[in-house]
Amino acid sequence: MSGATETFYSVIRRQGITRRSFHKFCSLTASSFGLGPLAASRIANALETKPRMPVIWLHGLECTCCSESFIRSAHPLIKDVLLSMISLDYDDMIMAAAGHQAEAILEEARLRYKGRYVLAVEGNPPLNEGGMFCIDGGKPFVERLRWMAESSMAVIAWGTCASWGCVQAAKPNPTGAVPIDKVITDKPIVKVPGCPPIAEVMTGLVTFITTFGRLPELDRQGRPKMFYSERIHDKCYRRSHFDAGQFVEAWDDECARKGYCLYKMGCKGPTTYNACSALRWNGGVSFPIQSGHGCFGCSEDGFWDKGSFYDRLTTIQQFGIEKNADQIGMAAAGAVGLTVAAHAAITAVKRLTHKPDRAVRKDKPT
Amino acid sequence: MFGRDMADKAPQNPTAVDAPPTVSGGGGGAAYVYEAPVRLWHWVNAAAILVLGVTGYLIGTGTPATPGEASGNFLFGYIRFAHFSAGYVLGVGFLLRIYWALMGNPHAMQIFRVPLWRSCIWREVYDEMRWYAFLAVEPDRRVGHNRLAQLAMFFMFTQTITFMIVTGFALYGQGAGRDSWQYKLFGWVFAIWPNSQDVHTWHHLGLWIVVTFALVHIYAVIREDIMSGRSISSMISGQRQFRD
Ligand code: HEM
Ligand code: HEM
Ligand code: SF4
Ligand code: SF4
Repeated sequence: MSGATETFYSVIRRQGITRRSFHKFCSLTASSFGLGPLAASRIANALETKPRMPVIWLHGLECTCCSESFIRSAHPLIKDVLLSMISLDYDDMIMAAAGHQAEAILEEARLRYKGRYVLAVEGNPPLNEGGMFCIDGGKPFVERLRWMAESSMAVIAWGTCASWGCVQAAKPNPTGAVPIDKVITDKPIVKVPGCPPIAEVMTGLVTFITTFGRLPELDRQGRPKMFYSERIHDKCYRRSHFDAGQFVEAWDDECARKGYCLYKMGCKGPTTYNACSALRWNGGVSFPIQSGHGCFGCSEDGFWDKGSFYDRLTTIQQFGIEKNADQIGMAAAGAVGLTVAAHAAITAVKRLTHKPDRAVRKDKPT
Repeated sequence: MFGRDMADKAPQNPTAVDAPPTVSGGGGGAAYVYEAPVRLWHWVNAAAILVLGVTGYLIGTGTPATPGEASGNFLFGYIRFAHFSAGYVLGVGFLLRIYWALMGNPHAMQIFRVPLWRSCIWREVYDEMRWYAFLAVEPDRRVGHNRLAQLAMFFMFTQTITFMIVTGFALYGQGAGRDSWQYKLFGWVFAIWPNSQDVHTWHHLGLWIVVTFALVHIYAVIREDIMSGRSISSMISGQRQFRD
């Protein structure tokens, strides 16, 4: 276990990382945050002098895709640095210790860094049956989550699971899974949605927090503004086809081959806040739309419950029927239209047969 | 009259506002009901809604592919531009209409304020329903909106349009960016529906409420024009004519 007053710099030097690599890391970090050239030296200075920020990483009900994404960060340096830092503290997925030993480390870390550590949570707690659907160390995960959050400085909600609930919270949600902000209400929470989030977004966030010792600026939904302030649609390279009105109509049509916009194929890019179209995936190789498939909206609240991934219009379940807005609206307008027509017909018939009625009105003083 | 408290003075009194036009006397009474700003707003508003409805539907469904280079086409862009421009017209018009509700004659307030708590309202609604259900032979003779129309306007028009403007500008704010005034002013919509896909869905459903309202409204004014002589021209000249 590392000492409480250690700096980031002393830790990575001990891990065998050279000073040259350290400076590379600082300039990479500065540019990934969109900061100017001077920021690199400021970051370096902070990392050399400030005590490093411990990170404890918990796993709840989840599939580990966030961790999988994280270890595939494009910049090996960032990955190595952060992974070795995090495993110093606690991450039951990648740390060497296991069983009672691991439990002991967690407890020790909690006491040693009380009020100073960042709690990174992957997955979420199920609440039904007293939380028995996710047992961690012999206890419901929700208890461990509350207990660890209590002494933390801030909480990171990794992925759509921790941020919004994701697939385990999709209807009918038998285990009662909830996003972590339903359980942790008294700590600042950064949501990093995505299924999984992009590796560079994750490493970028951890670097930001460990470097500056504070959370980045968040948007209304609690997501870091630097990665989530634009929609897939805003930076999509097929956007010119959207504006031109050139849409793919079927997966294997001519338009698909020409790389037209996937709007009509149910692309959720226009409603999805994520950095895919800017950073792309796997080290900038591609992202779903570039591979010819629409966006699912995987970083959005309840994306599993909005009907087919391939429909432009969302299925509405509120009325106990599964129809989209056009189907419901046309049915309602059609019914009203028929009523109006019938009413007009009756009016016409009445008027033809009851002409004398009009005389009655004449004698009423107006 | 004199015994009533101030709040009950004639302009706010629903019955007095719409009293039959006794002043003008004679059989075919005329009363000045819809002032020029209301009339102007009505037609600008109707035109904006026509554009919004058509372009909105196209935005929701998408257009058939146009051939050629993307750089040479801007069809969807123009459709969206027309939608947003009409949206601004609708929004600004609605604000001016609210202003006129406060400044204009008592009829101007009718679509914003329905005194549901007064029992006389419900009697009049009942009478009006009897009229539309062919049970009453005698049509209502009030000069402003009839009570049923007023209810429909308040619930189906005023509320829906407010909703459409709020959600519309919130969606617009997404495209305009986090720093835009649209997002600052209407971004709270996404606190209610964190996934803006839902906002699209409700905004889309609003289209059909407006369409339904327009259907019934246009039918009702034509029918009234024929059946009770409450002429359509009231929205053109402002005079409520009873032609018999
Ligand atoms: C051919 C089309 C239309 C005609 C002939 C028409 C005619 C009229 C007439 C005669 C009135 C007065 C009704 C009364 O005294 O009770 C009126 C009021 C009104 N109409 Fe229309 N209308 C048309 C289209 C529309 C559309 C498309 C809308 C919007 C969806 C609309 C919204 C309204 C509203 C809100 C009022 C109340 C005005 C106020 O009191 O401020 N109209 N219309
Ligand atoms: C009577 C009023 C209106 C009607 C009937 C209407 C109708 C529609 C419809 C049907 C859609 C497609 C929704 C979807 O399926 O995604 C839409 C989208 C939209 N509307 Fe409206 N709308 C109205 C007013 C407004 C207003 C006042 C604004 C504000 C500027 C506005 C801005 C938008 C925006 C930004 C979109 C999304 C466009 C996109 O995603 O490309 N709308 N509207
Ligand atoms: S493919 Fe999707 S994200 Fe890209 S422009 Fe079309 S709708 Fe927008
Ligand atoms: S393109 Fe959409 S569905 Fe795909 S990873 Fe990005 S946000 Fe998720």
